[in-house]
Amino acid sequence: MAAEKEKPKLIDEKGLRVDGRRPDELRPIDMEVGVLKNADGSALVKYGNTWVLAAVYGPREAVPKHMTLPDRAVLRCRYRMLSFSTHERKSPAPSRREIELSKVIREALEPAVLTELYPRTTIDIFIEVLNAHGGTRTAGVTAAALALADAGIPMRDLVAGVAVGKVDGIIVLDINENEDMYGEADMPVAAMPGLGRITLLQLNGVLTPEEFRVALKLALQGIKRIYDMQKEVLRHKYAVVEE
Amino acid sequence: MSKLLVENRAMVFPGDVIAEGNNFEIATPYLKRIGNRVVATVIGLVTIEKDDRTTKLGLIPLEGCYYPKVGDLVIGIVIDIGVTSWLVDIRAPFPAVLNASDYLGKPYNPSEELSKYLNIGDVILAKIAQFDRGRDPLLTVQEKGLGKVVEGVLIEIKPSRVPRVVGRRKSMLSMLQEETRCQIVVGNNGRILLRCPDPEREAIAILAIKKIEREAHTQGLTERIKEFIIEQKIKRGLIGSGGGKGET
Repeated sequence: MAAEKEKPKLIDEKGLRVDGRRPDELRPIDMEVGVLKNADGSALVKYGNTWVLAAVYGPREAVPKHMTLPDRAVLRCRYRMLSFSTHERKSPAPSRREIELSKVIREALEPAVLTELYPRTTIDIFIEVLNAHGGTRTAGVTAAALALADAGIPMRDLVAGVAVGKVDGIIVLDINENEDMYGEADMPVAAMPGLGRITLLQLNGVLTPEEFRVALKLALQGIKRIYDMQKEVLRHKYAVVEE
Repeated sequence: MSKLLVENRAMVFPGDVIAEGNNFEIATPYLKRIGNRVVATVIGLVTIEKDDRTTKLGLIPLEGCYYPKVGDLVIGIVIDIGVTSWLVDIRAPFPAVLNASDYLGKPYNPSEELSKYLNIGDVILAKIAQFDRGRDPLLTVQEKGLGKVVEGVLIEIKPSRVPRVVGRRKSMLSMLQEETRCQIVVGNNGRILLRCPDPEREAIAILAIKKIEREAHTQGLTERIKEFIIEQKIKRGLIGSGGGKGET
């Protein structure tokens, strides 16, 4: 990484953040489903400058076969950051971080997918970060859930994610890269709003119990908004053909 | 205390609550009871059948892979030749098995070459004889009309759109056959075999089926497809612009 820069001011006099957002404001979010022809399901999700592409294949026959389970499908997930997604070129080899995030994202999606309907098969999820600007894992979860729905894989509910954080002592929603780098805390959350279940919760940094409660509430509000957008995007895909 | 939250043929998405209460009969694996709510798990259209006693809820999925069911008619492609059986791709998550003794209709002598009868890449019309969660599907061709396919055109659509190509009480399929004069065999796995009198009608039939696939979730589809076929026929000079009848 480049030489440590001085910490910028993250909240200005008016209480606005580095990119001009209010503390409880999401970045502009854009979603698209069915973007890839060869995949069974796919989605492109943009949280501001964070762009994430997800593709789903399956349920399909597993290779290697010994991985399969006799009573349910195996969910496999790969999260990857493309070499050009960051300021400095990222080595294309899977890093420790990417392997860990693949597991975390898989575990965020597993409670939603009805794997018991497809024994002895696998469902493959590929998540590619096209441009990284903070909150890639939560954008990845949101994209993967859309791609799973697009592939017609039965799910109890859609999963959506967003990160909250503490910058300059203030709890903010959907933190971007600068806020992540210089902020005091970063807490990615993913949930199934329809069922009221949290499927991913990580915390990097320090929050007091009271701050944690405020942050979690803020995250769940953000997730609900993203969840509504997910449904809207899926509905839109079918509305277009209707004319 | 039960309440329906959507109308018949409403479009639903994973996580949408269809109904509250426990007095509903669920006739599909794509609806799930969570607590006292009935939740959709895939993108699809809800079907609600009411009679005086119960309300039956169903869901027609719009996406998803083919999942084998005993008795389904499938169109398969041979992918491997074993010692006493063929492995057949039926677009399911599992390869299907066709035993040589079933195909030949007599006990099979392993000294014979199986590729003499069916080779890799050959297309077969078969029914699923056995399938359960623990084993790969087993095919049979021991019924009238089944066996190796030697002529025709094979097209593929999404398996989830097959019910619309067939239609309620085969309404769509018989309309297609009547209008295009093609013989159409629809496999439950989304493969369709066409045998047509001429290339023009074949092209129309393929276009019509692809249109059904694209617009499977819309209503009044049969009428629209019929209009589309007539339009295409006029465009191709198969009939005059006067009317639908009086073909050559």
